[in-house]
Amino acid sequence: MPNVTYISDTGTTTTVNVANGNSVMEGAVKNGIDGIVAECGGACMCATCHVYVDEAWLPKLDPIGEEQEEMLGATAADRKSNSRLSCQIEVRPAFDGLVVRMPERQV
Amino acid sequence: MPLSVVIIGGGQAGLEAAAALRTQKFDGAITLICEEPHAPYQRPPLSKDYLLGKQQEDNLGLRALSYYENHHIDLILGERAERIDRASKTVHIAGGGRVNYDYLILAVGARNRPLSLPGAERVLYLRTLDEARALRERLAEAGSVVVIGGGFIGLEVAAAARTQGKDVTVIEAAPRLMARAVSPVLSDFFLNLHGTQGVKVMLGASITAIEEGAVVAGSRIPADVIVAGIGVIPNTDLAAAAGLATGNGIVVDECLRTSDAAIFAIGDGAEHPNVFAGGARVRLESVQNAVDEAKCVAKTITGQSARYGDVPWFWTDQFDVRFQMAGLSGGHDQQILRGNIANRKFSVFYLKDGKLLAVDSVNRFGDHIGARKLLAAGVSPTPEQLADESVDLKKLV
Repeated sequence: MPNVTYISDTGTTTTVNVANGNSVMEGAVKNGIDGIVAECGGACMCATCHVYVDEAWLPKLDPIGEEQEEMLGATAADRKSNSRLSCQIEVRPAFDGLVVRMPERQV
Repeated sequence: MPLSVVIIGGGQAGLEAAAALRTQKFDGAITLICEEPHAPYQRPPLSKDYLLGKQQEDNLGLRALSYYENHHIDLILGERAERIDRASKTVHIAGGGRVNYDYLILAVGARNRPLSLPGAERVLYLRTLDEARALRERLAEAGSVVVIGGGFIGLEVAAAARTQGKDVTVIEAAPRLMARAVSPVLSDFFLNLHGTQGVKVMLGASITAIEEGAVVAGSRIPADVIVAGIGVIPNTDLAAAAGLATGNGIVVDECLRTSDAAIFAIGDGAEHPNVFAGGARVRLESVQNAVDEAKCVAKTITGQSARYGDVPWFWTDQFDVRFQMAGLSGGHDQQILRGNIANRKFSVFYLKDGKLLAVDSVNRFGDHIGARKLLAAGVSPTPEQLADESVDLKKLV
């Protein structure tokens, strides 16, 4: 299973195994990593699983869909060019080593 | 001495209560009693991606099993809480076990309303993972499907079955679809959507019998699989037997406390006063309600002042349509349309005396998020702003 590293706004780093097919959001929530709220449970309904994806990994991600684009306009922390909703990043083998940073607030 | 909390019910409300207690730094014992044999899992996908085979069973868990261990949550699976002894603050488990509590959270949910008709034993239902698995297996071999009930669950099942190429008929007793939850404009939209996709919808129809391979409703409709989604009954028996107040659900106050100060009730099975219903007691069946009520109770138990007052929201996915609702539209006296119904991209705003009550959005994600922000802030834009697609609702808060 790919490893995904989550870095909090205060620098706490946690690396967990995330099953292929699970989202980066699920990897955090299922393992109790604070910093990703996901109040909708991963349905792209809430913009509370906002992450900043490490620049090196950006080219590997799928393009931002229409739904995610609108939701990213509603995040609590600033939207940047590497902002994504982590529920929309489905983990696959090529993402082993993925690094995401979590914003200081989600709601 | 640290307190102990017992949670009865392993649905999303129960799980979220346990998780929220740990997030709030509660360091006492937590016991989560789940009647189903599975660790808490997501129900929404069961009638959507799971039925379509796009989401697998081992991806449905709300938490990894290691989470419960790491967060010292004692998970009791496949056991039923049989009786609450309020005097000794003890929960008795069927088969002989018992657990003591300082605080008890009833997250007991609801059960499917059974069909009472000749032949009803042939009907499948969908609420639990086991039921969804059985339905998925039966659907795989079916050519024709009859769905009894044109509510959210029924229509999601119909959409999934139709997407898989089945011959699908929906039979609804009311004169319109989802009549309990949505306004006529949305009922008509979904009737049109399902019709366009080839689902046969019978409205105002009454079923007289369920036969082998068919449903009789005026005519005889062939059905390899028959599914009923005709609402739920809140699980109030355990609470009522313990002498707690119950109505259409376990009755709680604005802090989600039952008539016993040591016992809370949350989720689908609780009837709470809701500010978005003008303070009237309502019972909401939704992820939002389960999650937010769980967080509210966790705050109260950890000594923070908390009253439940979150904006209700809900969603359903059918075919290529995502329908999102925010607020509660009951009692509205004005409706305003934004966007174009024919393009399947529109929102309907519901107001009363000029005050925004609720917003239904079809494939307009930004409107939905904006609506939740407006409702939470108590801001009511003008009818002109609501109708104008170029106005970003999020920016009006």
